Order: sequence, then structure tokens, then C-alpha cells
Amino acid sequence: MSTHGTKGTGMTWVGRAIRRLEDPALIKGQGRFTGDLSAVHWVRFVRSPVASGKLAKISAPGGTAVITAADLTGVKKITPMLHKFNYKPVGQPVLADGVVRFVGEPIAAVVAASEESAEDIADQVELTINETAAVADARAALEAGAPLVHAEVPANVILEGKFKTPDFDATWNGAAKTVTIEARSRRQNATPIEPRGGHAAYDPATGRVTLTCTTQMPHLTRTAICDIIGFPESDLRVIAPDVGGGFGQKMSLPGEYVVLVWLARRLRSSVAWTEDRRENLIAGYHSRDQYVTLEGAFDKDARLLALKADIISNIGAYSCFPTTCGVEPLMAMAEMSGPYDVQQYQCLARGVITNTCTMAPYRGVSRPVITFTLERLMDKAARAFALDAVDIRRRNLIDKFPYKSAMGLEYDEGTYKETLEMAVKAVNLPAFRRRQKDGRAQGRHLGIGFATFSERTGYGSPAFAARGMEITPGWETVIVAVDPSGFVEVRIGSSPHGQGLRTTLAQIVADEIGITPDMIKVIHGDTDRAPYGWGTFASRSLVISGGATLIAARKVRTKLIKMASHLLEAAPDDIVLADGVAKVAGTDKAIAIAKLAREAYMQTHRFKGEIEPGLTETGHYDPPGTFSNACHAAIVDVDVETGHVTVEKFLVAEDAGRIINPMIADGQVHGGIAQGIGNALLEEIIYDDNGGILTATLADYLPPTAHEMPPIELHHIETPSQNSITKAKGLGEGGAIGAPAAVINAINDALSPFGVEIDEMPATPQRIRAALRNAENAA
Amino acid sequence: MSERITVTLNINGRDHTIAVEARRTLADAIREDCGQTGTHIGCEHGICGACTVIVDGEPVRSCLMFAVQADGKKVRTVEGLADGDKLHPMQQAFMDNHGLQCGFCTPGFLMLAVGVLEREPHISDEDLMDVLASNLCRCTGYQNIIKAVRAAAKEMRKG
Amino acid sequence: MKSAPFVRHLPKTLDEALRILAEVAPKDGRVLAGGQSLVPIMAFRLAKPAHLVDINEVAGLDKVTNDGKMLSIGARVRHAAFHISVVDNPLGRLLSTVAHNIAHYPIRMRGTFCGSLAHADPASEWCLTAATLDATLVARSTRGERLIAAKNFFAGIMSTALAEDELLIEVRLPLLSIDTKYGFNEFSRRAGDFAMAASLATYRLQGGKIVDPRIGVGGAEASPRRVASAETAINGQTPGDKAFRAAADAAADAIDPLEDHQTDADYRRDLVRAVVRRALESSAS
Repeated sequence: MSTHGTKGTGMTWVGRAIRRLEDPALIKGQGRFTGDLSAVHWVRFVRSPVASGKLAKISAPGGTAVITAADLTGVKKITPMLHKFNYKPVGQPVLADGVVRFVGEPIAAVVAASEESAEDIADQVELTINETAAVADARAALEAGAPLVHAEVPANVILEGKFKTPDFDATWNGAAKTVTIEARSRRQNATPIEPRGGHAAYDPATGRVTLTCTTQMPHLTRTAICDIIGFPESDLRVIAPDVGGGFGQKMSLPGEYVVLVWLARRLRSSVAWTEDRRENLIAGYHSRDQYVTLEGAFDKDARLLALKADIISNIGAYSCFPTTCGVEPLMAMAEMSGPYDVQQYQCLARGVITNTCTMAPYRGVSRPVITFTLERLMDKAARAFALDAVDIRRRNLIDKFPYKSAMGLEYDEGTYKETLEMAVKAVNLPAFRRRQKDGRAQGRHLGIGFATFSERTGYGSPAFAARGMEITPGWETVIVAVDPSGFVEVRIGSSPHGQGLRTTLAQIVADEIGITPDMIKVIHGDTDRAPYGWGTFASRSLVISGGATLIAARKVRTKLIKMASHLLEAAPDDIVLADGVAKVAGTDKAIAIAKLAREAYMQTHRFKGEIEPGLTETGHYDPPGTFSNACHAAIVDVDVETGHVTVEKFLVAEDAGRIINPMIADGQVHGGIAQGIGNALLEEIIYDDNGGILTATLADYLPPTAHEMPPIELHHIETPSQNSITKAKGLGEGGAIGAPAAVINAINDALSPFGVEIDEMPATPQRIRAALRNAENAA
Repeated sequence: MSERITVTLNINGRDHTIAVEARRTLADAIREDCGQTGTHIGCEHGICGACTVIVDGEPVRSCLMFAVQADGKKVRTVEGLADGDKLHPMQQAFMDNHGLQCGFCTPGFLMLAVGVLEREPHISDEDLMDVLASNLCRCTGYQNIIKAVRAAAKEMRKG
Repeated sequence: MKSAPFVRHLPKTLDEALRILAEVAPKDGRVLAGGQSLVPIMAFRLAKPAHLVDINEVAGLDKVTNDGKMLSIGARVRHAAFHISVVDNPLGRLLSTVAHNIAHYPIRMRGTFCGSLAHADPASEWCLTAATLDATLVARSTRGERLIAAKNFFAGIMSTALAEDELLIEVRLPLLSIDTKYGFNEFSRRAGDFAMAASLATYRLQGGKIVDPRIGVGGAEASPRRVASAETAINGQTPGDKAFRAAADAAADAIDPLEDHQTDADYRRDLVRAVVRRALESSAS
């Protein structure tokens, strides 16, 4: 990191590791989070203790305020819609209405003067539930005679995606060799350190409600809640203040927010709910619970000809809003081929309903799972062909652009082979192999694993339309407003919560209009102040909001130049904006940009009607999407006596296009890798067969600590994207996508002398020991 | 509601006399009763460390202490780290090294690291890693937190 | 996750504490020491004591004393007190080694040695230490005082021989012969997590052979204990891989393994085998 600080001159801001504009408040404890607000009323949700049953009776102690579904007359169910793939729309009542479908489902809302007393009352609410048979596992739910979670969804299959290329069968039959993996990805929870929460306050003067909540999508939260309750959107303001991490969990609409807004309107007062950690772990959305069977057909030279996939995604009890539960199975289907050139593909992707917490997007969505599956397949194929893990990838990675996948996705230019070679060189593979050999002689079991992958980012509305979604997010709008003082507001529809967008967008604007980033405030997370937008998810914000910012800033730039050209009496082409002034190139004629801003409002007569008053411009952007790519390499040390895995080192060679702020970009990769390592080794939500949840504390659900993290070495290639006007690609999810595959491949490399294979995530020590013990017993 | 007990918490040098139920955790009292919302609550069962504060010189989980137990004690929170406009070296190092993203765990990490380094300025690198494993961060992957704390430790030893 | 309401008592003297405890114990009263285990289970409302007798201000319970034979640790001595060796004896260094494995630094600032013993979590490092070293536990109530041997104290998962009105005021650990060798090892999935198996081993050497062996295993059964068959396996042997493996195998065979969702019986035995051997190896290094 070469430069810090926000003062500087004579160089561009984009590309520099400037310190974040977000930090001064956060570092002093002056961040403003939802839970910091006080309220007149506090809500505690009474949640289902059982996975499946008929709700016969709810008895609340006398004199208490306990709201149930019966009170919510006219409140619609949360019913996201998908118009393809034989999707069966299921509605989720915001409070359980007659039936409970998972442990943790909200049944009643207790309203009291404090969190403590609300919990005291909730403790005394008596539920009479006639338990019915539950099913927690997706394969079990598919079996004939399995309990039906929703009567209207036969066989518990909520959606079914099928795809087959015309020449698939012929290619498959002509292959030299086929290789199969049966992969199992266990269930995870995104576990932001700030759990969810909301605060709804009624304003008697206007009749409006302000909902402050931990959302990644403030505008759509407003739309959805107003649709569900039935009142005009102009009567609801949604604020996402500082949000303590989201990772996708906070983009799906919680029914709890609907209840809060309903209560604020009913009580004409303020009402708050702060989710506790147990609630978050059991009911705060889960992800990644999949079975994937993947077969690859190869020619005699180990070139991948065809892929056949069977994806079973456990989507939990309901379909998440807005993406629908199609988000995991359909993304797995669409992107299964990853970074490889393979033109024949057959896939069956099913979303299966169970009596478990609803699935929702979590950083990477299905791609951590499919990358793990595909990269295990490639390692298995390498062994079948007696090739090196690197060699087989060299033979199969995409290297001609634009590349169109079997499913029709267009990959823009990337560096799949180059990042592989970069990683192989940086990790010094021959030296590692020597160290591995020496270690084995002394009973130490080191392994190395590679994961190459593509990361589809910054995709606009067509990508969501292709899934048949009723709501197709994608575009963004940005308003760049220069005020009469010459300071700038950038109002965005994205809703960053740790990604540093206030800094990176300021860098983009600063370069366009020739001022410093500290003069630029990015306004987000407030439906009253920011234009309608889709929030922050899917590695989209820098590409899409960044693109819209650039478009708006260029319009401002054009206008500033035009004004300067008027006032300095020079040709527009001769005007340069830099260091806070507009100057005529090659002369000392100049005017401060702040002065121009003032003139734009206060001296409009000087522009003789040729320039509109004010200095506010709007940009819209809806890009086709762009693919980042990377190669991850992990070195692990497997303790074969205990099954414990230590990740000794992690290395990344990545190409995310043009990097706006290298410090922030690296931070995103670091964080993703930590979640990926947790995914590979530690984190698992466990249900018993009856849908009881066994991992409801952070002593049972195990995100990694600093101790479990290896040093991370990052290498970059910057291939400017032609599909993104800033030339930047997204990179928010890559760390989480590649790391699990690299770590699991490394474990398998370490264990190769024992003849065992681990095709399950997380690769917990007991699973590793069980595999080794089975091998020992078989020998 | 059970009986309230009047206690005085000295937070960052200022006395706050409050009436709380015995069950009120120190974390809740700092935030709700004393209005110091820089201390965050992430798990309420002593695992995540977001609520770490320094009580009479000891870094502790404020969710695992009742407010009544801190009566008359000196509590330091993130709001008291900077000296006026001058940031504490730990705050400066977190900014300089990008040791935070969403910022929710940050106050806990700052108070943990400052609390331990004030007690043990010459703590070994290895022991410092063990200390940092006390708290959870979900954004940074810890790389830059470790860098920041090491940099601040050097700075604090100078000071 | 807010605790249920309770009445808090803040005695300043031991007599006062015992008197209050005698009064409230039958009314669902409990002792609050460091609170690092009790407060979380109260937050989950898995425990809802009606009274808490907070002993943090009881005079005289914060001492570590050494009478030349025994190290006595008072009821509110914190884990962190053992970060450094508290006595110039192998016991002081042993306790320091063990202390660094307990949870995390901020937890060690508050949690107490005696509180760990009274809580009797099977995974507790101090429970293992007390069992291995045959500690004597001092229980007092208004009815009087009694000494309880560690092997009679632990009565299963979070269960002890303490009567409800008794306060564990002190634990006494025998000082170790200065030539005592010791080793400790535990396994957990993350740094600072509860041990899924732990072992503490001590012995002396006479003429190059192991004598007075003690091998304790914790986290693997309902209560920590010395494993006689493992001790027999190394008694009189030359320290080294062969003897250590024999002891580890004996311990793995001897236990009645706890099972949970992440640890079946076979895996628990695997872990016991590993931690016993590693504890012994670290004793010899």
C-alpha cells in the first residue's frame, strides 16, 4: 500500500489505496447501528419449538400484548414468484398461521416496555402444537411417502430446472473416460456479527412510518412491506444505517420487519426488535445445504467434453423474498461449468422443501458448492489420467474470449490460465512437493490444493430475467449533486455495509470532476434521500453503482466544462478539470470548481439560457455482467491422529479487472477466504432427523477466529472489463467461492497416501478421522 | 419487573448513576442506560467479543458481567480511547491497515487489544495471536486486524 | 437472550455469604463467582435462578497461599492469576501451562478456579487438574466445613458432591516434588473452544524409569478422572514413544466416551489416545 490519506495532487484517485472515508466514525464508536435506537415498545417473537405441527392454541398471560396471525387481518403472505422451472409459489405468513414448518418460525409477537419484560412474557406464552412428522434432509424429503411440508407442493419439489445440449448423448457416449463425484455440502449460516434487527417509528404529524433496519436492500424492503400490509410506499421510509455485515443474509425480507411496521402503525408509536444470536442461528436464513452429483466425460487427452449434474438443494421451509429459493439450484445449474471450456451439458436441478430454516443467498450463493464439486472432479480426473492437478486444468481452462458457455452465458475477457500459472509459480510447487515428501517421512501430512474459478459479477436485469424472476433487480441509479459550496453528494441506490463504497465511489467522482474525495459524500441506505435501487449483493455495487456514478459524474463534468468554457471564453476541449479548478490548458486562465458550482445556482443569467440551472446529474446503468476469475492455492497440514486441519498458507492470483482501491479490494478477498475456510472446515448447522436444531450457539456453530487463519498472499492481474464502463469487475464473493475447494483439495492431497477421499464440506476432524479409521479397518 | 438497584458506573471518567434490575448486563447498561452505544452486542453468551470493554484495567466481556457488579468501577469503552481529536494508536492503526470493514466488531477488538497491551506491553507475537482469537470478525479475515494490532503495539511501546 | 429476573445478594463476609446461601439455596438460589459459565446459560434461560449470591466482594476469598505442602486457592481467584507461575514449584508452572488453555483472555480475567470446579463442566481444564492431582476441596456451609477429595467431588456432567447450601471456599493442590515432570494437551476445533478431550500427566523419574505416574483425562467422560490402566502402563517404564503409546491406548480403551453431534464414541477414543500421548510427549520434552 503505497499511499494513504485523502489529500494529494497530480494523479488519479482511482487505483490508489486511500484510507476509507467510513472509518473515522466507526473507529470512535460513533457508527449508528439499528440497535442503537431506543423505542417505546420492544418486541419478542415467540418461535416454534418444533419442526412441524398444527398450531392449535396460543395462550398468553392476561394483561399482555401478544399479536398472532389472527390479529393481522389483511396482511398478505410473503410470496416471491418465479415464472419458470415448474416453480410452485408458496406463501410465508409473517406469523405462523395454523401450521408451523421449522424450529424458530415466528408464531407470535410479544410487545412490552423492555426487551427483558417482552422475553419474560414470551416465556409464559403457552403453545399447543399437535406435532406432525417432519423431514429435515433433502434426499429424505424426496423419498416416496415423505411428509409434505406444504400440501400444495407435491413430492416437496418446489422447482425443477432441466437442461440438455443437443449433442450431449453422442458426446457422452464417445468419451474415453468418465469421472464422478458425489459431493455433499452441509448447511451454513452467514453469521454477520451484528444480528438482524428493526426499529419502526410512527410519525403522527405525517402518518408515515420510518423503519430503520439491518437490510441490504432498503428500497425493495419498502416496496415489499407496503405490498404485504397494503399502504402507499410514500408512507414508509426505510433506513439502512450502519449495518454490521450482511453477506446476503440481510437481503432477504424477514417477516419480522412487516410485523414491526404493522405494530408501529397500530400503536402509533415506536417499536423495536433486536434479533439475538440464537434467533439468528436458527431462523436468520441458512444456505449451501446441497447434494451435487457431478459426472465429467473426458477425451483420451483429459479434455473435458461433457458435464452431467444432478443438484438437490435443500431450500428449507419457505421461499426467500425477493430472489426466491431458485437462487441456489438455478445458479448451480447456470454456472456449473465454471472456468472450463465444455460445450455439452446436462443438468437436473431441484429445490426441495424441508422442515428447516429457509435458505437464502449467502456470499457466493451456490458457487462455493459447485466450485468445490467441480474442482474435486478435476482432481479426481487428474488422478484417473495420471496427470498433475495443474496439468489437467491447463488443458481445460477457457482461453478464448468472449466465451459462450453451454448454457449461453457470455464470459468477457479473463485470465484463467494466467492466474493458474501465476499461483503455481508463486507457491513454488516443486519446493512444496519436496517438503511434502520429507514431511511424510516424519509422519507429517501436508497437502496442496488448487481451485480455479470464474466469478460472475455485476450482472444487470437480463440475468435475473433469465431465471424467470418476477422481480428483476439489476440496474442502478446514481445522482451526483454538486451543491453551491462546491461539495458533492453522491446519492446511490446501493446499500453498502462494510464494502467501502463511500470511498471507492468518491474516488471515481473525484477523478471525473477534479476535486478530492474528502469533498464527496456518498449517501445511501435511506429511501427518502437515495434514488430507487437494489441495494448491495452479488458483487454488484462497484460495477453497477460505480458505473452509474461514472455516468452521472461525466455529465457533471461535461456541464462544468461547458460553464467554464463560457466564463473563461475558451473552447470546451481546452478546459481541464483538476486540483479543484477548471483551467484552460496551456494558460493560467482558471476558475475554481467551487466558484463554478456557486455560479450554477446563483448566477445562472450568465449562461444566457444555454445551460440549465443547478449542478445535479443522474446516471443509470444496467450492464450485461462481467466475469472475474482467480486461482486459489491452499497448503494444509492434516493431523491424521485427530483429523484436525491447519491451513498453513493461502495464496490467491486474481483478476477482477481494474481495481479502484487496492486496499479495499484486498480486504474483500481476505474476508471471503475466511468465510471459505470456515465453510471448508468448521461451520455447520446441524439438524437431527426430526428437524431439531443442534447448533444454536456460537459454541456449536463455529466461524473461524484469527487463530484458524493462515497468512494470505495476494497476486493481481488487471484485465480491464469491456462489459463494465469503469473497467472494474466485482470481487466481493471470490474469496468465499474458491477457498473451500482449494482447502478440500489440499486435504485430499495430504491424505492421498491413505487411500481416502473427502468429498464433504465441512471436512470436520471427525469426518476425516472416520474416513481414515475406515481405511485402517479395511486394510 | 423486579427491583431496581442504584449503581454508579464510571465510564470513560464520567459517573453515570443509574437504576437497573440485577439482571441487566453491563453491556446493556452501558448502551441503554448510559447511552454509550459504541460498545456492541453480538452474541450475549461470551463468544464473539463485540462487547469487550475494560473494567478496572481488565479487558472483559461486558455481556458476561451484570451492571450491578461494576458499581463504583472504572469502565473504559471505545468512546474513551481517543484523546480529544487525537486518535489512540490502536484506532489509527486500524484505519491505516484497513482493520475494519462493517465496523461492528471493531470496538470490541480495539478494547481487547488495548486492554491486553496495557497490561502486557511486551506480549509475544504468538500470545498476541491467541489474544486476538478471543473475538470474532466476519468481514476482514483477520489479516489486517493482526497487522494493525502489531503496528499499534509497537507504537504503544514507544509511547 | 436476557436473563430471567433474580434477586441479587452481595455479602461482604464469608459468614454472611453462608447465611444467605443457606436461606436462598432451597429457593432456587445459586452462587455467582466469575459468571463466565453461569451467565451464558442464564442468557439462554437454561438456568433461571431466583437468587444469586454474588461472592465477588467477600473478603478473604481472593488469596493463593502456600504452606509448604499445599497450594490453597480461594473461591474468587481468577484463571488469569495463573498466567504466571504462582509458586516456585513445578505445580506453579503446570498451572500456568493449563491456564493458558482455558477459553480466551477476557474470560480468564473473570472466571475463577473454584467456580470451574463447582460448575463441573466435563471439559473444564481445572476439573481435570483437580482430579489428576488429587486435590482436596473445601466446602463450607452454616452447618460446618468438610473436605472432599476430588475423586469424590465430580458426580457427572455439571454435577458435584456439593450440597446446595455449601460454598466451595477453597481448593488445595499438593505441591509437587521438584523433579516432577508434567505435560498437558487438549484438543478443540478452534482456539479457545471447550476441549473435546484433554489430558494432564505427571510423573517422576527414578533411575531413568517412570515412578508416581498420574494420567488424567478430561472432556471425554461425564467427569474427569485419573485412568489407572494408563498409569500402570507407564509405571516403571522408560519414557518414550513405546511407553507413551501404551498408556494412550490404555486410556482410549478405558474410557466410557461421551457422545454428541460432533463426536461419536470412536472419535472420542481417537482423541483421548492423541491427547494422552501428546501430554506425555510434552512432559518429556
